[in-house]
Amino acid sequence: MDYLYFPGCTLKGSSAWQMENTALEAVACLGLNLQELKQWQCCGAVYPLSEEEIITLVSPARALYAAAESGKPLVSLCSACHHVLKRTQVRLLNDKETREKISCYLEEDYPGEARVLHYLELLRDEVGWQALKEKVKNPLQGRRIAAYYGCMLLRPSREMCFDNPERPRIMEDFINTLGAEVVNYPFRIRCCGAYLAVTENRVAEDASRKIVKMALDSGAEEMTTACPLCRYNLEKTPEAKQGKVKISYFSEPLSEALNLEVQEVEP
Amino acid sequence: MGKPVNTSDRLLAEIKERSGQEVNACIQCGKCTAGCPMVEAMDLLPRQVMLLLQMGNEKEVAVSRTPWVCASCFTCGARCPRDLDLSSIMEAVRLKVLRPRDAKVLSPGDLSVEMLKELPQQALVSGFRKFSR
Repeated sequence: MDYLYFPGCTLKGSSAWQMENTALEAVACLGLNLQELKQWQCCGAVYPLSEEEIITLVSPARALYAAAESGKPLVSLCSACHHVLKRTQVRLLNDKETREKISCYLEEDYPGEARVLHYLELLRDEVGWQALKEKVKNPLQGRRIAAYYGCMLLRPSREMCFDNPERPRIMEDFINTLGAEVVNYPFRIRCCGAYLAVTENRVAEDASRKIVKMALDSGAEEMTTACPLCRYNLEKTPEAKQGKVKISYFSEPLSEALNLEVQEVEP
Repeated sequence: MGKPVNTSDRLLAEIKERSGQEVNACIQCGKCTAGCPMVEAMDLLPRQVMLLLQMGNEKEVAVSRTPWVCASCFTCGARCPRDLDLSSIMEAVRLKVLRPRDAKVLSPGDLSVEMLKELPQQALVSGFRKFSR
């Protein structure tokens, strides 16, 4: 099946290129076709929480209009991109006035709903855990991996509809499917401090350290996430710097389990 | 002739216009505060911000550190029994400070070259979106 792919600024620009490389190799192996959306632009990284703010919705809406016109679902890897695209889609669907204003900016009629999927949803709902399991050539036996969800994929759950917001299991099911051991621990859905890394880095570090320590105390040797900013914050903790725990993108253990040769060099 | 509007009504109307949230619906149960991962760094608890807004005490909220330490993680909203979205209310407070004065809490010059090199784009875009206008 064909999908449109929205990479976002962080996957193309800096630190998160490993997430893209590993994830794209993996879908090819699973028989899916992800085509990069032409002329995409940054989603804005945060969903505007003020109802009167329309202009910041135009950029994600532009991607959604293109996806709806193509008839293909829009897939992203970065949890912030997915969050912004999904919530913008919900807003377009339910708020006629906003929809009309945005259509005026884009000089285009609203083409209807675009299906917005996170890559993990693609694996769960389109591929299926059983089919994924059958593709695993190198089960990650004995690896103790803790899922770190963060905030953006889960909340607000009424809009994101990703998983149970307090007791999610999609990442644990994913880790299980790869043959690794799931580490259960509290704080897997607790905020890492996000963009406070820019203005209040001590606050972000304290928040991240609590999460990492809890995962370590619960026996984790690796923590895996879909968010570049979560990864950055978790990696800034002394525990991660000392190598007590590895922080990865979820697509890295995936590509290992599928035994894929992924280009190691930065694009 | 409309009925006279006091400071509290005006403030709450403004917050509602921006956030769509009814601050007066808060019953002060404190679930937002109990679940807030940033609460240790706040000078006012999320619950206290709600109370001060209900009382129309705009000044105390405007100088508080709390709205700037809120990371919009949406945990408070997920647990509020009155279904209030406190993240949007905090955003409305931030905008109240940022917009009229064209103020910036964060300018590119505030960041060291090292930070600019190592912070992921996502952090920079969201930081500037949240803390400057």
